[in-house]
Amino acid sequence: MSMPLIELRAVTRRYDEGPPALREVSLSVARGEAVAVLGPSGSGKSTLLNLVAGLDRPSAGTVTVDGVRVDELSEAASARYRRARIGLVFQFFNLLDDLTVADNVMLPAQLAGIARGAAQRRAAELLTALGMGRHVSAYPGRLSGGERQRVAVARALMNRPALLLADEPTGALDTAAGEDVQRLLTDLHADGQTIVLVTHDLALAEACATRTVQLLDGRVAADTVTEPVR
Amino acid sequence: MSALGRVVRSGLGRRRVQTIVIGLVVMIAVTSAVLGGSLLVASRAPFDRAFGQQRGAHLIGQFDAGKVTAAQVTKSADAAGVSSAAGPFPITQIALVRDRFRMPPMTVVGRPDPGGAVDRVTLTAGRWATGPGELVVAVDGRFRGPPIKIGTVWTLPDLPGSPTVRVVGTARSVSRSADAWTTPAQIATWTAPHGPRGYQMLYRLTAAGTAAQVEAGRTAIAATVPDGALTGAVSWLVTRQDAVGQSVLLVPFLIAFGVLGVVMAVLIIGNVIAGAVATATRRIGILKALGFTPAQVVRAYAGQALVPAGIGAVLGVVAGNLLTFPVLAQTNRLYGTSDNGVAPSVDALVVGGALAVVAVTAWVAAARAGRLRTVDALAVGRTPRLGRGQWASRLAGRLPVPRPVTLGLAHPFARPLRSASIVAAVAFGAAAVTFAVGLGASLNQVQEVEDIADVQVGVPPGPPAAGAQPASLGPPALTDPDAIVRALTAQPGTAGYMGVAWTEVTVAGITGALDTVALTGPDAAQYYRMVSGTWLTGPGEIVVATPFLTASGKRVGDTVVLTNHGTDVTVRIVGEVFNTEDRGMQILTDLATLQAADPGLAPVTFYVTVRSGTDPSAYAETLSTALQPLGAEAHTVDQDTDELVIIVDSLTGLLSLLLVIVAGLGVLNLVVLETRERVHDLGVHKALGMTPRQTAAMVISSVVVTGVLGGAAGAAVGVAVQRMVVSAMGSSTGFALPDSVLDVYRPAQLLLFGVGGLMIAVVGALLPAGWAGRTRTVTALRTE
Repeated sequence: MSMPLIELRAVTRRYDEGPPALREVSLSVARGEAVAVLGPSGSGKSTLLNLVAGLDRPSAGTVTVDGVRVDELSEAASARYRRARIGLVFQFFNLLDDLTVADNVMLPAQLAGIARGAAQRRAAELLTALGMGRHVSAYPGRLSGGERQRVAVARALMNRPALLLADEPTGALDTAAGEDVQRLLTDLHADGQTIVLVTHDLALAEACATRTVQLLDGRVAADTVTEPVR
Repeated sequence: MSALGRVVRSGLGRRRVQTIVIGLVVMIAVTSAVLGGSLLVASRAPFDRAFGQQRGAHLIGQFDAGKVTAAQVTKSADAAGVSSAAGPFPITQIALVRDRFRMPPMTVVGRPDPGGAVDRVTLTAGRWATGPGELVVAVDGRFRGPPIKIGTVWTLPDLPGSPTVRVVGTARSVSRSADAWTTPAQIATWTAPHGPRGYQMLYRLTAAGTAAQVEAGRTAIAATVPDGALTGAVSWLVTRQDAVGQSVLLVPFLIAFGVLGVVMAVLIIGNVIAGAVATATRRIGILKALGFTPAQVVRAYAGQALVPAGIGAVLGVVAGNLLTFPVLAQTNRLYGTSDNGVAPSVDALVVGGALAVVAVTAWVAAARAGRLRTVDALAVGRTPRLGRGQWASRLAGRLPVPRPVTLGLAHPFARPLRSASIVAAVAFGAAAVTFAVGLGASLNQVQEVEDIADVQVGVPPGPPAAGAQPASLGPPALTDPDAIVRALTAQPGTAGYMGVAWTEVTVAGITGALDTVALTGPDAAQYYRMVSGTWLTGPGEIVVATPFLTASGKRVGDTVVLTNHGTDVTVRIVGEVFNTEDRGMQILTDLATLQAADPGLAPVTFYVTVRSGTDPSAYAETLSTALQPLGAEAHTVDQDTDELVIIVDSLTGLLSLLLVIVAGLGVLNLVVLETRERVHDLGVHKALGMTPRQTAAMVISSVVVTGVLGGAAGAAVGVAVQRMVVSAMGSSTGFALPDSVLDVYRPAQLLLFGVGGLMIAVVGALLPAGWAGRTRTVTALRTE
């Protein structure tokens, strides 16, 4: 049996004096899976995603991604880890307004030291594939919400990450744009991309995910294998 | 606590860095203002202040002891218009051997103590003369040369038995009433059996503001003694005219630093407060939504500036007073004043002024917050507005340097106004350093001009030759100048030399005799700096300094008639030279010019410059051995730095340091502001894989463009201020300065000052860069 891409063992994350955001969560995700993490506000979904992305550290337990003990990484090492293995898609896109679409997409590659020419070629390829080829020189402020999220996805895929993490990717979009992003994620998964998405959107989860994990009060309440609705 | 008080307190707590910056900037501004203000007060009229403190003599009367008794002189104190008097003190002249040279005569006054109703002499070192053979020397008398050490023993070869005197103290009389003082009994011993040649009487007059009033006093005093008994009367107005030249030197550069400091403090405080308002726009919107009135909002934000400013002002006054003490001690030594501390009016004015500046600046900046519409304030985002600086991002993105660096390089263009503030802060710091270094270099150049050579050759001391008149002729002439020249030429290590003969000439239109230096040797030109015209090319030419041209009404190219030993010599002024000797009235000419009128005129001293790497002491020792058969010897020339130069250098260094610190704090504040506003973007960068080091590099890079621009602008401003101030210092003393004194910067130095600006910016950005690097990604991403 091959090693899981993500493995969380008895992970607890506690903030200050309040109840833990995550309580002894153990979870494995295999390569090629598309996992939707569901749950009400405050159930620990975003905390789980942050721990996998190396943006945050657990109070207890271990987080291993692609063979890397993420919970033991320094700030610099976790930055390098994200560059190499993780693509992040945010609810509010988090594009940099003073950079063009192409420059936004190229940024992760350039931070990794990839030459500008090579990064440009890869960005153009991705943007074209995502239907954003004619917007390479545009600034994010001039794009629609759906278009911005497509750019954000292109940026997330720039360094060919082993894992795509999406935090409420349709949360800030209207229905049409949300469906557009949903199709995009489904296609990516179909191409073999491992995806973990955090969402309130059951339709999105049903459409994209091969598995859903329900969190409630920081614990895994349900872990269900599903077949995405095509 | 009121709601307003709570808002002020929470604002101070939330913006700790900015609160500290306001406090520090105000503290440093107040410190430098107290220091500068105190010195301005102290230097505004140092002579008048010293004159008042020492109860200087408005008139120094000298009486012929052969025509008047001491009792009669004492009665002159009752003359009309005399408010108080001191004396009579016996007076005589002595000639002594110093540094193995016979010196011109000194006027020595017998005073039992330095105090009294008039001319309270200030001891600068040692003690007053109380016993036989003891002498107190005036530090600013006509007795020129290296500083006199306590304990120095001199011989008086003209007196029977060639007695010696020991220097037991140095003192300063603002009235310049003597070259030296001793006990009255010592004067009696030296002048026995005939008694003193004269008496000195010191007067203060009820009215002495004009020459006419002083002359009226002199006439009244003269009327109390027999005709011809009052042989001399020196007005304090003449002494003040001589003294004021040096004292006014401090004023231009203190004003320059004062203006730099105040403008910079206003700029930075304004920026800090405007930045506080800008970053709190949403908060202001919330406060208004909760019911705060515009006036309450303005008061809340002005209060957030005034609290740390008040603390900073108090600390600044304390620091300013502490720093002013040692500096005043230096100026006290220089001027003979006795200022013990900062004038309370200076403290009050500076604190009041600083707080008023802060209040006005804060009110102007906070007024914007008061005017903001609540709905607009709530809607304000923290990212740059679309369209600003995007061209810079595109351009920087093409540079062949790491991406974090290019991202940082483009930042200043997104907020041009804030970037202009950083440029200004850096420029002020760089200007201060450039100015300080330039001023120091200019003063060193002046000092170099005054430090004429490394080694001096002359006749060793000894009993005067038969028939010689050492009292009027100064050092004896060298017996064989040509042989001296041969010895100098043969000596390894000789870089250049000139022979010097001294005489005095009169010039039509100028009162009194003028020092005239007759020069020989091929290298004389290298010892002087020309302002205009050319150096001497042969006999019949003179070069003079600006004060001579001013006094005579002549220009370079004009002819003047010198009268030497009753013979008129017509000469042409071929050049204007920077020469501070004899207050700029000294005439320089070729020895041959005056030999027709004074055939006996011959070099008495040779000044020698040694080659680089040659030890002057060893050179002088070797040369002395070679010169011994010629009746001459060599010794090194003491090159002590002028005390005024030391004061200006130390003040310049201190004020520059303060300005650089303020500049760094200004940059720190602005970069903190910028970094906090961009914290969410920082989180995005980090989430995309930017390491802490790359993040810090991006923040530091964001001040590179502004640092370079500020450094370049500051260097240019500093050079302009240096030229302006140094020229003003020259003008205030009546001298035009040579290019070597004004043009002191080398291109490499200017480049360094430009880089210095960059360094100020980078140092100011280090703290926020470190903070940005350490900020946790998840925290930054959560920040709105």
